[in-house]
Amino acid sequence: MNCIELNNINKSFGTIKALADINLNIKKSEFFGLIGPDGAGKTTLIRIITTLLIPDNGKVFINGISAFKNFKQMRKIIGYMPGKFSLYQDLSVEENLQFFATVFGTTIHENYHLIEDIYVRLEPFKNRRAGALSGGMKQKLALCCALIHKPEFLILDEPTTGVDAVSRQEFWEMLNRLKKEGITIVVSTPYMNEANQCDRVALIQKGKILQTDTPENIVASYSKKLYSLKSDKLYESYKLLEKFDKLSAVHLFGQELHLSTNNNQDTTKIVREFLDKHKIEVKISEIKPIIEDCFMDLMLNDE
Amino acid sequence: MNNNNNKIIEVRNLVKRFGNFVANDNLSFDVYKGEIFGFLGANGAGKTTAIKILSGLSYPSSGKIMVAGYDVYKQRNKIKRSIGYMSQKFSLYEDLTVRENIHFYAGIYGLPFKQIQNRTNELIEELGIQEMANKMIADLPLGWRQKLAFSVAIFHKPKIVFLDEPTSGVDPITRRQFWDMIYRSAEKGITVFVTTHYMDEAEYCDRVSIMVDGKIEALDTPTKLKENFGVNLIEDVFIKLARK
Amino acid sequence: MKRFRGFLIKEFIHIFRDVRTMMILFLIPIAQILIFGYVIKNEIHDANVAVLDLSKDNITKEISGRIDAAPDFVVSDYLNNYSDIKEYFSSGKGAEVIVFEPNFAENFYGQDNARVQLILDASDPNLSNLINNYTSAIIQTYIADQNMSNSPNAIITTEPRMWFNEGLKSSYMFVPGTMTLILMLITAMMTSISIVREKEIGTMEILLVSPLKPLQIILGKVTPYILLSIINAISIILLGNLIFHVPIIGSTILLLGVSILFIIMALMLGVFISSVTKTQQIAMFISMFALMLPTILLSGFIFPIENMPKVLQWLSYIVPAKYYLIAIKNIMLKGVGVAFIWKEILVLMGMTFFFLILSVKKFKLYI
Repeated sequence: MNCIELNNINKSFGTIKALADINLNIKKSEFFGLIGPDGAGKTTLIRIITTLLIPDNGKVFINGISAFKNFKQMRKIIGYMPGKFSLYQDLSVEENLQFFATVFGTTIHENYHLIEDIYVRLEPFKNRRAGALSGGMKQKLALCCALIHKPEFLILDEPTTGVDAVSRQEFWEMLNRLKKEGITIVVSTPYMNEANQCDRVALIQKGKILQTDTPENIVASYSKKLYSLKSDKLYESYKLLEKFDKLSAVHLFGQELHLSTNNNQDTTKIVREFLDKHKIEVKISEIKPIIEDCFMDLMLNDE
Repeated sequence: MNNNNNKIIEVRNLVKRFGNFVANDNLSFDVYKGEIFGFLGANGAGKTTAIKILSGLSYPSSGKIMVAGYDVYKQRNKIKRSIGYMSQKFSLYEDLTVRENIHFYAGIYGLPFKQIQNRTNELIEELGIQEMANKMIADLPLGWRQKLAFSVAIFHKPKIVFLDEPTSGVDPITRRQFWDMIYRSAEKGITVFVTTHYMDEAEYCDRVSIMVDGKIEALDTPTKLKENFGVNLIEDVFIKLARK
Repeated sequence: MKRFRGFLIKEFIHIFRDVRTMMILFLIPIAQILIFGYVIKNEIHDANVAVLDLSKDNITKEISGRIDAAPDFVVSDYLNNYSDIKEYFSSGKGAEVIVFEPNFAENFYGQDNARVQLILDASDPNLSNLINNYTSAIIQTYIADQNMSNSPNAIITTEPRMWFNEGLKSSYMFVPGTMTLILMLITAMMTSISIVREKEIGTMEILLVSPLKPLQIILGKVTPYILLSIINAISIILLGNLIFHVPIIGSTILLLGVSILFIIMALMLGVFISSVTKTQQIAMFISMFALMLPTILLSGFIFPIENMPKVLQWLSYIVPAKYYLIAIKNIMLKGVGVAFIWKEILVLMGMTFFFLILSVKKFKLYI
């Protein structure tokens, strides 16, 4: 069952087209990711789902109900965590939580089971001002506040941006536990590798959805052959291969290069021969793509 | 590369305290000329504090630190002339055009006017943004701004450039173009000192240090780090160290 | 120098490209001048007056005593001759001199006209009007009392004379006041906002790691506003002169000089505000509340300081606008020279250096 349904959403800000013909179906209890760089339209899309922004045209249905006509009802079942730290810096941890509970007509006690796992780690600091918390702690508190009214939907805008890898991993673990409670989660992130944490993802770029599917299917639908190249002269190889017309794309990938081709040729052999002329020794092997390969492929196709 | 004469940054027993809090706890490391040095660490691990000291923005509490051959206590002005800096916050003036931004930043480094003019044209051509040169930065696509900010940071040909999360939020293709620019400047001999939250980007660096709670817990090439910790990704090295 | 020029060009671009900045800089001052023309009201309280007694008899002493005893007056000085009056006013000790003609008692008892002259410093027109009316009332009461007892036909005529502002035009007063307010607000607010903006967008970090020194950055940010504020000051004076016919009796060069000093002081205050704030909103708030209210209320612009509770009077000593207002009022309306306002000039200079040093220090610190 689709519990969030977006049909033909368009949104422009002045002359800038922020979203173009977005169609999206999110299922009940699904963990859904919006993956894309800054400026792709993630925040706009999330603000539309949370009924904070009205699209130029198109319809949003939540639980089968038109979201904008019934936005008051929607606010009760949606928990939203905006991208910027959005709590009261001058209130303590407990006061913040208390405040959000009151706003939604509930108490901390009533839904404590939902936030317990997260809140126990905050408890030692419950009298500290929110502004004095570390980045990871602030993020946990914001999550608690978004959850306190036991929402059916948890919608998070870039919760992991600018957060270090460890806190990021912890955060995904927390979200996964919430998913088991049956909460539908929509999360946006600019980190491509975080796509693997989600049940399904939409890859977004320049206001358009490039692809929507499970991470496994996205990787499986990669139509080209992909090779990894390693060499002592990696950057030199990269500069040469960029001009080598038998490949469809060459990308830097840390200590290796990813080469893709859609010909049924023996790529290993021709690349090796090509680089041999420049006296560069390489190791080449065929590999499976990761989400980032797919994203770049879709981006280049789109252009 | 690991030649002692080629040390461009030399840090010995760097300590920085804020009251009772020790932000940098006895750091010692070297960075070599032309190297791309990844400076990783958790939020609040003390990266920013260390970068501020290295770029002459604040004094250490103790320790011997040489940057580009100059002492951070006594020769901060010489250090400032030898470095470039690009912060995670986007750092060009939105109400100035591309050309005006370049002129302004080149101007504050005291480059002669003729040279600024010529180099500006070169740069605009190199980046292929001729038709955008007289547009305001505010009208420039995000990816271009980041690349331009980097070009501006190395416009005065510094010996070292400090990049504080330069690729935050950038799409994967632009990110690679950005790293391509970093490689090119490293080939010209500019040392690159970079922080990032993208752990896969650590793999682009020649060497990587990982800071936890004010201390450097690991420093090596990405390959060796992964070997030593018996993992496949720098991210796993990082998590192992930070969760220790 | 080349660096500095580049910096200036950039600052001017910021200013000229932003419509809002331009509005604040040039339209608001004009609007304020026109608005403030209508709002000034005053009350007196413990006004200092001087007595020039050319008769020195029982009656003059009695009248002086009554005036001194009145709840709102203090006779602070006794002058010896006419030439003292000008200095009394110039020094700002009081706003009224009561002159008893020679042989006052004789004229009084001799059924002749005993004349008393009230000379008022009318550079603050409302205040001088009030003082004039009040003094006359006290004297009339005295006559009434005397008529009751012994000499029923005695007459005293009071002749008010306004000095410095003979037409008693209130616009004379508010032009210096508005000028003070505008120069203070615009310059301090604009600089603090423009510096904090650079902190917000992150360019300040780049400037700080560049070879520019803190003092150079401060001067670069401040210089355009010095020039623009001078233009502002000139246009206010011109507006006052052409529309409200406010005279400039004293030296125009001195007036401009003192104004430039005040502008620089306000700019340094702006730099200081920017060094203790992180966002443009907070910088704006501080500029508004910490500067605007004291400048309006405690400078003597609208409410005479001598009528205020002691605590506020003490507070007024740290309000820079007070000194500037005193100085330019004296130059514009009384025509005095440096000799009479050197104290105010010195205080303003002191404040300028104080904020400059504080800002340079803070500037180094906040990084």
